[in-house]
Amino acid sequence: MTDLLYARAQMGLSLAFHIVFAAAGVALPVLMVLSDLKHRRTGDADYRKLSEKLAKGTAILFAVGAVSGTVLSFELGLLWPEFMGRYGEVIGLPFSLEGVAFFTEAIFLGIYLYGRERVSPGLHLFSGVMVAVSGAASAFFVTLVNTFMNNPSGFTPTPAGPTDVQPLVAMFSPGWQYQTAHVLLSCYQASAFAMAGIHAFILLKHPGAAFHKKALSVALPLACVTALLQPLVGDLSAKHVAREQPVKLAAMEAHFHTEAGAPLKVGGWPDVETRTVKGAIDLPKGLSILAFADPDAEVKGLEEFPRDVWPPVPKVHMAFQVMVGTGSLMALLALATLWRRWRGREWPHGKGMMRAWLWAGPLGLVALEAGWLVTEWGRQPWIVRDVMRTSAAVTPVPHLAAPFFTFTAVYLFLGVTVLFVLWRQVAGTLPGSKTPGAGVDGGVAHVH
Amino acid sequence: MSTETQVLGLAVAGTFVLYALLGGADFGGGVWDLLARGPRKAEQRALIARAIGPVWEVNHVWLIVGLVLLFSGFPRAFAALSVALHVPLTLLVLGIVFRGTAFTFRAYDTRGDVVERRWGVVFSVASVVAPLLLGMCVGAVASDAIRMQGHAVVSGFFASWLSPFALSVGVLTLGLFAFLAAVYLTHEAPTRELAEDFRRRALVTGGLLFPLALAALLLSREGAPRVWTGLLQTPFALALHGGTAVAAVTAFALLWTRRFRAARVAAATQGGLIVLGWAVSQAPYLVYPHLTLQSAAAQPVVQRLLLVALAVGLVLVVPSLVLLFRVFGPRGQPTT
Repeated sequence: MTDLLYARAQMGLSLAFHIVFAAAGVALPVLMVLSDLKHRRTGDADYRKLSEKLAKGTAILFAVGAVSGTVLSFELGLLWPEFMGRYGEVIGLPFSLEGVAFFTEAIFLGIYLYGRERVSPGLHLFSGVMVAVSGAASAFFVTLVNTFMNNPSGFTPTPAGPTDVQPLVAMFSPGWQYQTAHVLLSCYQASAFAMAGIHAFILLKHPGAAFHKKALSVALPLACVTALLQPLVGDLSAKHVAREQPVKLAAMEAHFHTEAGAPLKVGGWPDVETRTVKGAIDLPKGLSILAFADPDAEVKGLEEFPRDVWPPVPKVHMAFQVMVGTGSLMALLALATLWRRWRGREWPHGKGMMRAWLWAGPLGLVALEAGWLVTEWGRQPWIVRDVMRTSAAVTPVPHLAAPFFTFTAVYLFLGVTVLFVLWRQVAGTLPGSKTPGAGVDGGVAHVH
Repeated sequence: MSTETQVLGLAVAGTFVLYALLGGADFGGGVWDLLARGPRKAEQRALIARAIGPVWEVNHVWLIVGLVLLFSGFPRAFAALSVALHVPLTLLVLGIVFRGTAFTFRAYDTRGDVVERRWGVVFSVASVVAPLLLGMCVGAVASDAIRMQGHAVVSGFFASWLSPFALSVGVLTLGLFAFLAAVYLTHEAPTRELAEDFRRRALVTGGLLFPLALAALLLSREGAPRVWTGLLQTPFALALHGGTAVAAVTAFALLWTRRFRAARVAAATQGGLIVLGWAVSQAPYLVYPHLTLQSAAAQPVVQRLLLVALAVGLVLVVPSLVLLFRVFGPRGQPTT
């Protein structure tokens, strides 16, 4: 592997790792506040316990998210100094605002986690809400940076670097509304599905466990709503990509040849040499409808673009298929669940449904990672589209294999550890478990 | 140099001062966790964990803010430093990762002594290594060892931060963080005995800071001529030194007479002035002798908007911070 590839692999790995925790940091506080509110309304101690468990989960995941995010902010310079040296000033504003959001998130998380016994109930709840709002703001601002890299605006490129910088224009680059909505929804969706999956798993083993039924009643509404909204937002996002980044759309769809009334290819493996897709099912006119809401619209194929600006077509295509496939499955499950909810007047927890939710548990995260890969791979070979190539941004430091393998090992270790620690948190809620400290005082170590 | 550039430069320096005083003290807490001993070993560790728990992530954010201001406001300097200090910064980041995660895992996964202790060791070793590396990076930046041709760094990836001067700054940083933590903990301690434990530690490390600072100063003559002249010749720097010395002696006297609350303020003043002293001795250079605040600065419109973002941030963050520290300040601690 070349140093460029190691740099890309390290950045990709760091982001793939961080995204999981960032998504949880955005969504878990919402679930935590929701169950806190339910406790206040019903006086049911289980909701309070759930909110405490979610708070601990938030604390663990937020800590790992904060440190992996720190790694990323260093890596921007350590791996891509040319990019940051030239464009740091153009995209510094959203990063700075993200810093502010991160600040308030950390402050109020501290108050929420450790302050239950020390601040008034109102202030405690307010802190939880602030954590949720700051988390969303954080994700919003960071996504704006990514939007800029996809659709750069707000400066005039010159060989010496950007001039006439307009930071506010750069901050709200074209398509910002679609990308931020898509990302924020995916955070809530992934976390709500994961939470539902965990409790479905326990309900399969311990049918009727009251605590876990209540937990489902907190997770399922968010999971269902986001799963149904996401395809709509995704469609708007795809239409935007079709207009602004036709080469990315062509790679997503493995669409080699320009045609009017283009079919949508489901599945299949693209062969870049022969410019064909093997084994795909064609839905007539599907792509034209998807991209331009017009069955006869002409969709540009990859052939329109020089070969050296093609993204890695098979990877982008496969990642896109995974995202759309998992997204569709989740939307179907949401529809089925809402139907049963409407018929049965309570959230379903039968065996069949629980099995479905168990298997759907990881799908949100799979879709989130796949979608992120679509946008990142789909932008290659550019780090700032049409302006700076990734190969021009990379650090001159040699032997990048060393940090790559080091961070890979560290992330593997941390990932396994987090799963283990979180599982022990969940295990404390199993019927018949005798874990001390799972009671109402929250059991935060070292406070007492 | 425009006012905006000066204010932004001050803001970067300010965030580093705050990171040293707050995040640095958390690292120092890790050092004392590693060195906990005596009959109250467990209580010492519990006090450290309790003092750091609610605030460490907030204290850590100052580093991020400093970093963001650096790459938004002075992108060329950020790029050059990222290349020249690639190795120690990578190691520093690993230290930060293990410090934060180990602390969290230990706090939320208490399963008896063995596992807890193992996380404790990771936490405290990372707390020693990270300040050393941080100080070595500062030493490299302050010396003239980072050489550039145009935008390219030509001085290699090791020599600048492994010089005797850089190493001395690393050790000084570690000592300063340990001192700050010990002083802060005297005031946080719920019992008299525990306060005495940390008073002793504070007096010893505070005493050690004098020879460490002297060693760094003497090494700077060869290793960081700009700092040497900056420290000894500009009137403003001399005034800062005077202030640092007064604060140091005051902190010592207050510790001696057990006025812990005031000692905390004096020690923080001392630490802040040391970091500020470094910044001033180096100004207006960001990377001596190649990049100044002015030559590395972003375009004026960017600087102005960054200052607006900074102001908005302060309006949101300062009251929240005051609330946090009031809730978890020493008087907010339940005495057990």
